[in-house]
Amino acid sequence: MKGMKNVFASRWGIISVGIFIGILAPLLQKWGNPGNMGICVACFERDIAGALGFHRAAVVQYIRPEIIGFVLGALAAAYLFKEFRPRLGSAPIVRFVLGMFAMIGALVFLGCPWRAALRLSGGDGNAILGLLGLIAGIWIGTFFLKSGYNLGRTKETHVTAGWMLPLIMLGLLVLMLIYPHVQGQDKNGVLFYSLKGPGAMHAPLLVSLIVGLVVGFFAQRSRFCTMGAIRDLVIFRQTHLLGGFIALIVAAFITNIVLNQFHAGFANQPVAHTAHLWNFAGMALAGFAFCLAGGCPGRQLFMAGEGDGDAAVFVLGMIVGSCIAHNFDLASSPNGLGPHGVAAVIVGFAVCLFIGFTMRKRIA
Amino acid sequence: MSKIIDARGFSCPQPVLMTLDEIRSGEVTELEVLVDTDTSKENVSRAAVSQGWTIIKVREEGDGYAVVIKKD
Repeated sequence: MKGMKNVFASRWGIISVGIFIGILAPLLQKWGNPGNMGICVACFERDIAGALGFHRAAVVQYIRPEIIGFVLGALAAAYLFKEFRPRLGSAPIVRFVLGMFAMIGALVFLGCPWRAALRLSGGDGNAILGLLGLIAGIWIGTFFLKSGYNLGRTKETHVTAGWMLPLIMLGLLVLMLIYPHVQGQDKNGVLFYSLKGPGAMHAPLLVSLIVGLVVGFFAQRSRFCTMGAIRDLVIFRQTHLLGGFIALIVAAFITNIVLNQFHAGFANQPVAHTAHLWNFAGMALAGFAFCLAGGCPGRQLFMAGEGDGDAAVFVLGMIVGSCIAHNFDLASSPNGLGPHGVAAVIVGFAVCLFIGFTMRKRIA
Repeated sequence: MSKIIDARGFSCPQPVLMTLDEIRSGEVTELEVLVDTDTSKENVSRAAVSQGWTIIKVREEGDGYAVVIKKD
Protein backbone atom coordinates (compact mmCIF):
# COMPACT_ATOMS: atom_id res chain seq x y z
CA MET A 1 0.00 0.00 0.00
CA LYS A 2 3.00 2.26 -0.40
CA GLY A 3 2.30 5.47 -2.23
CA MET A 4 -1.40 5.27 -1.43
CA LYS A 5 -2.64 8.60 -0.19
CA ASN A 6 -2.62 8.63 3.58
CA VAL A 7 -6.05 10.00 4.50
CA PHE A 8 -5.11 10.08 8.18
CA ALA A 9 -2.36 12.61 7.46
CA SER A 10 -5.02 15.11 6.35
CA ARG A 11 -6.53 17.69 8.69
CA TRP A 12 -9.71 15.70 9.15
CA GLY A 13 -7.68 12.54 9.48
CA ILE A 14 -5.79 13.75 12.54
CA ILE A 15 -8.91 15.36 14.01
CA SER A 16 -10.85 12.11 13.70
CA VAL A 17 -8.02 10.19 15.38
CA GLY A 18 -8.06 12.75 18.22
CA ILE A 19 -11.83 12.33 18.59
CA PHE A 20 -11.44 8.56 18.52
CA ILE A 21 -8.84 8.56 21.33
CA GLY A 22 -10.89 11.15 23.23
CA ILE A 23 -13.87 8.80 23.28
CA LEU A 24 -11.94 5.61 24.05
CA ALA A 25 -9.83 6.96 26.93
CA PRO A 26 -12.76 7.94 29.21
CA LEU A 27 -14.42 4.65 28.26
CA LEU A 28 -11.33 2.77 29.47
CA GLN A 29 -11.78 4.61 32.74
CA LYS A 30 -15.41 3.49 32.82
CA TRP A 31 -14.23 -0.06 32.16
CA GLY A 32 -11.84 0.00 35.10
CA ASN A 33 -8.83 2.25 34.56
CA PRO A 34 -8.05 4.86 37.26
CA GLY A 35 -9.70 8.30 37.39
CA ASN A 36 -8.77 10.65 34.54
CA MET A 37 -6.26 7.98 33.53
CA GLY A 38 -7.97 6.16 30.70
CA ILE A 39 -4.64 6.41 28.96
CA CYS A 40 -1.44 7.78 30.48
CA VAL A 41 1.76 6.69 28.79
CA ALA A 42 3.98 7.84 31.67
CA CYS A 43 1.83 6.26 34.41
CA PHE A 44 1.38 3.06 32.46
CA GLU A 45 5.08 2.61 31.74
CA ARG A 46 5.69 3.25 35.44
CA ASP A 47 3.10 0.58 36.28
CA ILE A 48 4.89 -1.86 33.98
CA ALA A 49 8.19 -1.15 35.75
CA GLY A 50 6.44 -1.84 39.05
CA ALA A 51 4.90 -5.10 37.83
CA LEU A 52 8.39 -6.28 36.93
CA GLY A 53 9.59 -5.39 40.42
CA PHE A 54 11.88 -2.58 39.27
CA HIS A 55 10.46 -0.23 41.89
CA ARG A 56 8.82 -0.78 45.24
CA ALA A 57 5.72 1.42 45.03
CA ALA A 58 3.14 -1.27 45.74
CA VAL A 59 0.19 0.82 44.52
CA VAL A 60 1.44 1.16 40.94
CA GLN A 61 2.29 -2.33 39.71
CA TYR A 62 0.50 -3.72 36.68
CA ILE A 63 1.56 -4.62 33.14
CA ARG A 64 -0.57 -2.21 31.15
CA PRO A 65 -1.76 -3.87 27.94
CA GLU A 66 -2.48 -0.45 26.41
CA ILE A 67 1.26 0.22 26.11
CA ILE A 68 1.84 -3.20 24.51
CA GLY A 69 -1.02 -2.45 22.12
CA PHE A 70 0.35 0.98 21.19
CA VAL A 71 3.64 -0.50 20.01
CA LEU A 72 2.17 -3.56 18.30
CA GLY A 73 -0.68 -1.59 16.68
CA ALA A 74 1.82 0.87 15.23
CA LEU A 75 3.98 -2.06 14.10
CA ALA A 76 1.00 -3.59 12.26
CA ALA A 77 0.15 -0.29 10.58
CA ALA A 78 3.77 0.30 9.61
CA TYR A 79 4.02 -3.14 8.01
CA LEU A 80 0.65 -2.92 6.28
CA PHE A 81 1.50 0.43 4.71
CA LYS A 82 5.14 -0.45 4.07
CA GLU A 83 6.45 2.16 6.48
CA PHE A 84 8.40 -0.17 8.76
CA ARG A 85 11.89 1.27 8.54
CA PRO A 86 14.44 -0.11 11.01
CA ARG A 87 16.74 2.75 11.97
CA LEU A 88 18.84 3.93 14.89
CA GLY A 89 22.01 5.70 15.84
CA SER A 90 20.82 9.23 16.55
CA ALA A 91 22.47 9.75 19.95
CA PRO A 92 20.64 6.89 21.71
CA ILE A 93 22.23 7.46 25.13
CA VAL A 94 21.09 11.09 25.07
CA ARG A 95 17.58 9.96 24.21
CA PHE A 96 17.73 7.53 27.13
CA VAL A 97 18.63 10.36 29.53
CA LEU A 98 15.93 12.63 28.05
CA GLY A 99 13.43 9.80 28.53
CA MET A 100 14.48 9.45 32.17
CA PHE A 101 13.98 13.11 32.96
CA ALA A 102 10.79 13.37 30.89
CA MET A 103 9.39 10.63 33.11
CA ILE A 104 10.69 12.21 36.31
CA GLY A 105 9.05 15.53 35.36
CA ALA A 106 5.81 13.81 34.36
CA LEU A 107 5.66 11.99 37.71
CA VAL A 108 6.05 15.27 39.60
CA PHE A 109 2.92 16.46 37.78
CA LEU A 110 1.37 12.96 37.81
CA GLY A 111 0.78 12.34 34.14
CA CYS A 112 2.06 12.63 30.61
CA PRO A 113 0.63 15.15 28.11
CA TRP A 114 -2.11 12.65 27.21
CA ARG A 115 -3.18 12.46 30.83
CA ALA A 116 -2.89 16.22 31.25
CA ALA A 117 -5.47 16.51 28.46
CA LEU A 118 -7.64 13.79 29.99
CA ARG A 119 -7.41 15.36 33.45
CA LEU A 120 -8.54 18.69 32.01
CA SER A 121 -11.43 17.05 30.18
CA GLY A 122 -12.45 15.37 33.44
CA GLY A 123 -12.62 18.73 35.22
CA ASP A 124 -9.27 18.61 37.08
CA GLY A 125 -8.18 22.27 37.25
CA ASN A 126 -4.63 21.29 38.20
CA ALA A 127 -4.24 20.06 34.63
CA ILE A 128 -4.36 23.70 33.48
CA LEU A 129 -1.08 24.27 35.32
CA GLY A 130 0.32 21.08 33.82
CA LEU A 131 -0.67 22.04 30.28
CA LEU A 132 0.73 25.55 30.71
CA GLY A 133 3.95 23.95 31.97
CA LEU A 134 3.98 21.63 28.96
CA ILE A 135 3.65 24.62 26.63
CA ALA A 136 6.41 26.48 28.49
CA GLY A 137 8.78 23.50 28.37
CA ILE A 138 8.21 22.94 24.66
CA TRP A 139 8.60 26.67 24.04
CA ILE A 140 12.03 26.56 25.71
CA GLY A 141 12.91 23.52 23.58
CA THR A 142 12.02 25.35 20.37
CA PHE A 143 14.74 27.95 21.00
CA PHE A 144 17.28 25.16 20.84
CA LEU A 145 15.67 23.63 17.75
CA LYS A 146 15.78 27.00 16.00
CA SER A 147 19.43 27.51 16.88
CA GLY A 148 20.59 24.24 15.38
CA TYR A 149 20.09 21.70 18.18
CA ASN A 150 19.77 18.18 16.79
CA LEU A 151 20.66 14.65 17.79
CA GLY A 152 22.25 13.68 14.49
CA ARG A 153 21.17 11.36 11.70
CA THR A 154 19.83 7.87 12.15
CA LYS A 155 21.16 5.00 10.11
CA GLU A 156 19.34 2.15 8.50
CA THR A 157 19.79 -1.03 10.49
CA HIS A 158 18.78 -4.69 10.62
CA VAL A 159 15.09 -5.51 10.73
CA THR A 160 15.82 -7.39 13.97
CA ALA A 161 16.90 -4.15 15.65
CA GLY A 162 13.60 -2.53 14.71
CA TRP A 163 11.78 -5.49 16.23
CA MET A 164 13.44 -5.25 19.65
CA LEU A 165 10.86 -3.11 21.46
CA PRO A 166 7.88 -4.86 19.79
CA LEU A 167 9.41 -8.18 20.91
CA ILE A 168 9.88 -6.89 24.45
CA MET A 169 6.20 -5.90 24.41
CA LEU A 170 5.21 -9.34 23.15
CA GLY A 171 7.32 -10.82 25.95
CA LEU A 172 5.45 -8.74 28.52
CA LEU A 173 2.14 -9.95 27.11
CA VAL A 174 3.30 -13.57 27.33
CA LEU A 175 4.37 -13.02 30.95
CA MET A 176 0.91 -11.65 31.72
CA LEU A 177 -0.72 -14.71 30.23
CA ILE A 178 1.59 -17.11 32.08
CA TYR A 179 1.26 -15.26 35.38
CA PRO A 180 -2.20 -13.65 35.42
CA HIS A 181 -3.47 -11.77 38.42
CA VAL A 182 -4.80 -14.04 41.13
CA GLN A 183 -7.50 -12.34 43.19
CA GLY A 184 -6.10 -11.06 46.48
CA GLN A 185 -2.48 -11.95 45.70
CA ASP A 186 0.16 -9.28 45.18
CA LYS A 187 2.43 -11.56 43.21
CA ASN A 188 2.12 -14.37 40.71
CA GLY A 189 5.35 -15.91 39.47
CA VAL A 190 7.66 -13.09 38.46
CA LEU A 191 4.98 -10.39 38.23
CA PHE A 192 3.84 -8.00 40.94
CA TYR A 193 0.22 -6.88 41.11
CA SER A 194 -1.15 -3.92 43.08
CA LEU A 195 -3.97 -4.82 45.45
CA LYS A 196 -4.93 -1.19 46.02
CA GLY A 197 -4.28 2.19 44.44
CA PRO A 198 -4.17 3.05 40.74
CA GLY A 199 -2.29 -0.14 39.88
CA ALA A 200 -5.24 -2.21 41.09
CA MET A 201 -7.62 -0.36 38.78
CA HIS A 202 -7.68 -1.61 35.25
CA ALA A 203 -10.01 -2.51 32.43
CA PRO A 204 -10.10 -6.21 31.45
CA LEU A 205 -6.87 -7.31 29.78
CA LEU A 206 -8.42 -8.01 26.40
CA VAL A 207 -10.30 -4.70 26.31
CA SER A 208 -7.15 -2.74 27.20
CA LEU A 209 -5.12 -4.63 24.63
CA ILE A 210 -7.62 -4.14 21.80
CA VAL A 211 -8.00 -0.42 22.53
CA GLY A 212 -4.22 -0.10 22.64
CA LEU A 213 -3.83 -1.91 19.32
CA VAL A 214 -6.48 0.20 17.58
CA VAL A 215 -5.13 3.48 18.97
CA GLY A 216 -1.57 2.44 18.05
CA PHE A 217 -2.68 1.61 14.50
CA PHE A 218 -4.44 4.91 13.83
CA ALA A 219 -1.94 7.03 15.72
CA GLN A 220 0.83 5.63 13.53
CA ARG A 221 -1.14 6.53 10.40
CA SER A 222 -1.96 10.05 11.59
CA ARG A 223 1.42 10.80 13.30
CA PHE A 224 -0.58 11.91 16.36
CA CYS A 225 1.77 13.74 18.75
CA THR A 226 0.80 15.95 21.67
CA MET A 227 4.25 17.57 21.91
CA GLY A 228 4.47 18.13 18.16
CA ALA A 229 1.06 19.80 18.32
CA ILE A 230 2.44 22.60 20.48
CA ARG A 231 5.94 22.65 18.98
CA ASP A 232 4.67 23.07 15.41
CA LEU A 233 2.41 25.90 16.52
CA VAL A 234 5.30 27.68 18.24
CA ILE A 235 7.93 27.21 15.50
CA PHE A 236 5.89 27.09 12.30
CA ARG A 237 2.52 28.59 13.32
CA GLN A 238 1.15 25.30 12.02
CA THR A 239 -2.01 23.89 13.57
CA HIS A 240 -2.15 20.49 11.88
CA LEU A 241 -1.18 18.29 14.86
CA LEU A 242 -2.84 20.71 17.27
CA GLY A 243 -6.17 19.86 15.64
CA GLY A 244 -5.78 16.29 16.84
CA PHE A 245 -4.80 17.28 20.38
CA ILE A 246 -7.71 19.70 20.78
CA ALA A 247 -10.10 17.16 19.24
CA LEU A 248 -8.97 14.68 21.91
CA ILE A 249 -9.70 17.15 24.72
CA VAL A 250 -13.11 18.14 23.37
CA ALA A 251 -14.17 14.55 22.64
CA ALA A 252 -12.99 13.37 26.07
CA PHE A 253 -14.83 16.28 27.73
CA ILE A 254 -18.10 15.35 26.01
CA THR A 255 -17.60 11.65 26.71
CA ASN A 256 -16.90 12.39 30.38
CA ILE A 257 -20.11 14.44 30.60
CA VAL A 258 -22.09 11.61 29.02
CA LEU A 259 -20.51 9.03 31.35
CA ASN A 260 -20.99 11.29 34.37
CA GLN A 261 -17.23 11.39 34.92
CA PHE A 262 -16.83 15.18 34.81
CA HIS A 263 -16.11 16.74 38.21
CA ALA A 264 -14.78 20.29 38.10
CA GLY A 265 -12.38 21.52 40.79
CA PHE A 266 -8.83 21.53 42.08
CA ALA A 267 -9.04 19.58 45.34
CA ASN A 268 -9.58 15.83 45.67
CA GLN A 269 -9.12 15.08 42.00
CA PRO A 270 -8.14 11.47 41.22
CA VAL A 271 -4.39 10.78 41.33
CA ALA A 272 -3.53 14.49 41.47
CA HIS A 273 -2.14 17.11 43.86
CA THR A 274 -2.60 20.86 44.11
CA ALA A 275 1.00 22.12 44.29
CA HIS A 276 0.44 24.52 41.39
CA LEU A 277 4.02 25.64 40.87
CA TRP A 278 5.28 22.06 40.71
CA ASN A 279 2.46 20.86 38.51
CA PHE A 280 3.67 23.56 36.15
CA ALA A 281 7.40 22.94 36.60
CA GLY A 282 7.19 19.13 36.46
CA MET A 283 5.35 19.24 33.17
CA ALA A 284 7.64 21.98 31.86
CA LEU A 285 10.58 19.63 32.41
CA ALA A 286 8.72 16.82 30.65
CA GLY A 287 7.76 19.09 27.74
CA PHE A 288 11.34 20.33 27.39
CA ALA A 289 12.67 16.76 27.32
CA PHE A 290 9.99 15.57 24.87
CA CYS A 291 10.78 18.50 22.61
CA LEU A 292 14.52 17.77 22.63
CA ALA A 293 13.76 14.10 21.90
CA GLY A 294 11.32 14.85 19.06
CA GLY A 295 8.09 13.34 20.32
CA CYS A 296 5.60 12.93 23.13
CA PRO A 297 5.68 9.60 25.00
CA GLY A 298 2.88 8.20 22.86
CA ARG A 299 4.59 9.18 19.64
CA GLN A 300 7.82 7.58 20.88
CA LEU A 301 5.94 4.28 21.29
CA PHE A 302 4.43 4.58 17.80
CA MET A 303 7.81 5.41 16.24
CA ALA A 304 9.34 2.45 18.07
CA GLY A 305 6.64 0.35 16.41
CA GLU A 306 7.79 1.72 13.02
CA GLY A 307 11.27 0.35 13.71
CA ASP A 308 12.83 3.49 15.22
CA GLY A 309 15.36 2.08 17.68
CA ASP A 310 16.16 5.52 19.08
CA ALA A 311 12.53 6.02 20.07
CA ALA A 312 12.68 2.56 21.68
CA VAL A 313 15.69 3.68 23.73
CA PHE A 314 13.74 6.76 24.82
CA VAL A 315 10.92 4.46 26.00
CA LEU A 316 13.40 2.37 28.01
CA GLY A 317 14.78 5.61 29.45
CA MET A 318 11.29 6.54 30.57
CA ILE A 319 10.79 3.15 32.22
CA VAL A 320 14.09 3.46 34.08
CA GLY A 321 13.19 7.06 34.95
CA SER A 322 10.01 5.85 36.63
CA CYS A 323 12.05 3.47 38.79
CA ILE A 324 14.38 6.29 39.82
CA ALA A 325 11.37 8.52 40.50
CA HIS A 326 9.84 6.01 42.90
CA ASN A 327 13.00 4.55 44.43
CA PHE A 328 14.40 8.04 45.15
CA ASP A 329 11.06 9.49 46.31
CA LEU A 330 10.92 12.00 43.49
CA ALA A 331 7.40 11.14 42.34
CA SER A 332 4.40 13.01 43.68
CA SER A 333 1.31 11.38 45.13
CA PRO A 334 -2.19 12.66 45.90
CA ASN A 335 -0.66 13.84 49.22
CA GLY A 336 1.67 16.21 47.42
CA LEU A 337 5.25 16.31 46.24
CA GLY A 338 7.76 13.59 46.91
CA PRO A 339 10.55 14.61 49.34
CA HIS A 340 13.05 15.08 46.53
CA GLY A 341 10.73 16.08 43.70
CA VAL A 342 11.86 19.70 43.63
CA ALA A 343 15.54 18.78 43.49
CA ALA A 344 14.81 16.32 40.68
CA VAL A 345 13.08 18.97 38.57
CA ILE A 346 16.00 21.36 39.03
CA VAL A 347 18.55 18.69 38.12
CA GLY A 348 16.40 17.68 35.14
CA PHE A 349 16.31 21.22 33.81
CA ALA A 350 20.07 21.53 34.22
CA VAL A 351 20.61 18.30 32.27
CA CYS A 352 18.22 19.30 29.47
CA LEU A 353 19.84 22.73 29.19
CA PHE A 354 23.26 21.10 29.06
CA ILE A 355 22.13 18.79 26.25
CA GLY A 356 20.40 21.64 24.43
CA PHE A 357 23.36 23.98 24.58
CA THR A 358 26.05 21.44 23.72
CA MET A 359 24.42 19.49 20.90
CA ARG A 360 24.11 22.27 18.37
CA LYS A 361 25.57 22.00 14.95
CA ARG A 362 24.41 23.49 11.70
CA ILE A 363 22.98 20.60 9.77
CA ALA A 364 22.10 22.06 6.37
CA MET B 1 18.11 28.42 -8.91
CA SER B 2 17.54 24.94 -7.53
CA LYS B 3 19.14 23.15 -4.64
CA ILE B 4 19.13 19.73 -3.03
CA ILE B 5 18.59 19.35 0.72
CA ASP B 6 19.63 16.04 2.21
CA ALA B 7 17.41 15.57 5.27
CA ARG B 8 17.70 11.78 5.30
CA GLY B 9 18.19 10.34 8.75
CA PHE B 10 16.71 13.38 10.47
CA SER B 11 13.32 13.19 12.09
CA CYS B 12 10.82 15.92 12.87
CA PRO B 13 11.16 18.83 12.91
CA GLN B 14 14.63 19.00 11.31
CA PRO B 15 13.62 18.25 7.68
CA VAL B 16 10.98 20.98 7.88
CA LEU B 17 13.38 23.45 9.54
CA MET B 18 15.99 22.78 6.85
CA THR B 19 13.41 23.28 4.10
CA LEU B 20 12.03 26.48 5.60
CA ASP B 21 15.54 27.88 6.11
CA GLU B 22 16.16 27.53 2.37
CA ILE B 23 12.74 28.86 1.39
CA ARG B 24 13.15 31.90 3.62
CA SER B 25 16.70 32.58 2.44
CA GLY B 26 15.05 33.71 -0.80
CA GLU B 27 17.99 32.39 -2.80
CA VAL B 28 16.27 29.47 -4.46
CA THR B 29 13.13 28.98 -6.51
CA GLU B 30 13.21 25.20 -6.61
CA LEU B 31 14.18 22.64 -3.99
CA GLU B 32 14.62 18.92 -3.95
CA VAL B 33 14.31 17.63 -0.39
CA LEU B 34 15.55 14.10 0.27
CA VAL B 35 13.81 12.40 3.20
CA ASP B 36 13.67 8.82 4.43
CA THR B 37 10.31 8.51 6.14
CA ASP B 38 6.71 9.01 5.05
CA THR B 39 6.20 11.33 8.01
CA SER B 40 8.99 13.63 6.84
CA LYS B 41 7.62 13.53 3.29
CA GLU B 42 4.19 14.64 4.55
CA ASN B 43 5.63 17.30 6.87
CA VAL B 44 7.92 18.83 4.25
CA SER B 45 5.08 18.88 1.70
CA ARG B 46 2.72 20.53 4.19
CA ALA B 47 5.32 23.15 5.16
CA ALA B 48 6.08 23.97 1.51
CA VAL B 49 2.42 24.47 0.68
CA SER B 50 1.99 26.68 3.76
CA GLN B 51 4.76 28.95 2.37
CA GLY B 52 2.93 29.24 -0.94
CA TRP B 53 5.22 26.81 -2.75
CA THR B 54 3.94 24.08 -5.07
CA ILE B 55 4.78 20.40 -4.92
CA ILE B 56 6.03 19.50 -8.37
CA LYS B 57 6.49 15.81 -7.70
CA VAL B 58 7.32 13.26 -5.06
CA ARG B 59 9.39 10.39 -6.34
CA GLU B 60 10.67 7.35 -4.55
CA GLU B 61 14.40 7.49 -4.25
CA GLY B 62 16.36 4.69 -2.66
CA ASP B 63 14.61 3.82 0.57
CA GLY B 64 13.03 7.25 0.86
CA TYR B 65 11.61 10.08 -1.20
CA ALA B 66 12.67 13.15 -3.09
CA VAL B 67 10.13 15.91 -2.62
CA VAL B 68 10.49 18.47 -5.40
CA ILE B 69 8.99 21.85 -4.59
CA LYS B 70 8.88 25.14 -6.51
CA LYS B 71 8.16 28.73 -5.70
CA ASP B 72 4.96 29.91 -7.39
